[in-house]
Amino acid sequence: MSKVTIKELNLFYGKFQALHNINLPILKNEITAFIGPSGCGKSTLIKSLNRMNDLVEGCTISGEVKMDDENIYAKECNINLLRKRVGMVFQQPNPFPMSIYDNIAYGPRTHGIKNKQIVDELVEKSLRKAAIWEEVKDDLKKNALSLSGGQQQRICIARALAVDPEVLLMDEPTSALDPISTAKIEELVIGLKKDYTLVIVTHNMQQASRISDKTAFFLNGKIIEYDETRKIFTNPKKQETEDYISGRFG
Amino acid sequence: MEDSQKKLAEHSGKSRLEKIGKTISFLCIAFIVFVVLSILYFVASKGIATFTKDGVSLIDFLTGKIWNPGSIGENGKPLTGALPMIAGSFIVTLLAAAVATPFAIGAAIFMTEISPTVGKKILQPVIELLVGIPSVVYGFIGLSVVVPFMRNTFGGSGFGIISAAIVLFVMILPTVTSMSVDTLKSVPRYYREASLALGATRWQTIYKVVLRSATPGLLTAVVFGMARAFGEALAVQMVIGNAALMPTNLITPASTLTSILTMNMGNTVMGTLENNVLWSLALILLVMALFFNILTRWIGKKGAMN
Ligand SMILES: Nc1ncnc2c1ncn2[C@@H]1O[C@H](COP(=O)(O)OP(=O)(O)OP(=O)(O)O)[C@@H](O)[C@H]1O
Ligand SMILES: [Mg+2]
Repeated sequence: MSKVTIKELNLFYGKFQALHNINLPILKNEITAFIGPSGCGKSTLIKSLNRMNDLVEGCTISGEVKMDDENIYAKECNINLLRKRVGMVFQQPNPFPMSIYDNIAYGPRTHGIKNKQIVDELVEKSLRKAAIWEEVKDDLKKNALSLSGGQQQRICIARALAVDPEVLLMDEPTSALDPISTAKIEELVIGLKKDYTLVIVTHNMQQASRISDKTAFFLNGKIIEYDETRKIFTNPKKQETEDYISGRFG
Repeated sequence: MEDSQKKLAEHSGKSRLEKIGKTISFLCIAFIVFVVLSILYFVASKGIATFTKDGVSLIDFLTGKIWNPGSIGENGKPLTGALPMIAGSFIVTLLAAAVATPFAIGAAIFMTEISPTVGKKILQPVIELLVGIPSVVYGFIGLSVVVPFMRNTFGGSGFGIISAAIVLFVMILPTVTSMSVDTLKSVPRYYREASLALGATRWQTIYKVVLRSATPGLLTAVVFGMARAFGEALAVQMVIGNAALMPTNLITPASTLTSILTMNMGNTVMGTLENNVLWSLALILLVMALFFNILTRWIGKKGAMN
């Protein structure tokens, strides 16, 4: 079942068209990977799923992005609510300069949860889901910036999960991390699949093939090929896809 | 092979240049340090003479309420109570900073978060201009606008702490604002993005993330403004009335350390008590300047640790 459906999406940064007529389903409880060379529009597309592109001056969008039959670009769409439903994890771990606890509690508090006990529970639950509870449970008052990069990224995942999103977007979440942290996060992401719908941008072909169910290959702002990950990596239909995954360009 | 070894051992033109540069900058620093130390020594030795040579007790100086160094009090000692001026200085400084802080932070938020283009194109140049206006101009405006206004509103002469505080408020506002702007600008964009991506509104983001992570910098800006207010002489002297009396309200003439200093320094003879106590006032100013300096450093360190 399709959780998010992108229809005829065109996106411009000023005069420059960064996305051309994108049509793509994001299936529920699956991991969809975006791959493609640098500058092909992966981040741009992922950011248009939670309307972070609204922050970019001169960015205009036509077309439709539907989440459960609701067009998120409709006028009446509440952006804050949308972003609560569609969480995001960034390339650089970016915890707030606050304690671990306050980082996780930030989202729930922002959305009006005041009860300390409920917040406590949410913090623990989110940290557990992000597979970092055991490492930080005795130190929740510690500044999140004092953690390692890999731990910080899992804090960011926990922070995103704490507002109970339905979709989780991850833009190259492991590209700043060492192999061990990367493996941890991959394992964690696979585990999240049963509760969330995930989209992950990655430059790491092995990563895409290891963890994703569907893969979309981008080139110059267009989707060249979208299919089951297994098929994309074993038997791509397009020459460009084959060239890219076999490392011939990009 | 040997050639290249020789080349490596040789002093190249660049390394010579580096040496010259290092020497010059060392000499400059040495000169600055020398000047600063000389000033410190000079002010301190003069200021302390009041207590060592003229026998004034430090307690009397700091807590005495009557300032008239030329005459002798009932206890047979000169009347050198500096409390009226110390109190005056602190009150005008705190008032000015208390009023300037919300304005400055509000303006800074507008310029960085709400409308960066207007901020950059219009407000930034205006503020830079305001920072550059000499203090005598602020004093003059205070004298011709604020003082008459106070006179008409509250009666009396119009000179007093409130007038001084208003002039200082206007004077430090641009400085505090522009430092606050720099601080807010240095808050990384990704903090804002992370907050917005969680569904926080712009105000929540500003309030809970931007201001919070900018707190040390904003405090530094305020302390900097206070230091400037505390040390300002001319503008204050023009509107405060310069009566060395304990301030009992905000609308009668009072004085600050700086205003009494500038008023009297030309009228005393070097080496006399009257002259030395003025140096003692200057010493207080110096110590306060040092204090403000240490405070900003301390805030910076605390901020870096958190
Ligand atoms: N804020 C912006 N303003 C103008 N152009 C932009 C902006 N952001 C991205 N672009 C352009 O849009 C195109 C797509 O950029 P995008 O960041 O989506 O690429 P990407 O596929 O994520 O690349 P990478 O793999 O390097 O992250 C690029 O040509 C880029 O220069
Ligand atoms: Mg990108």
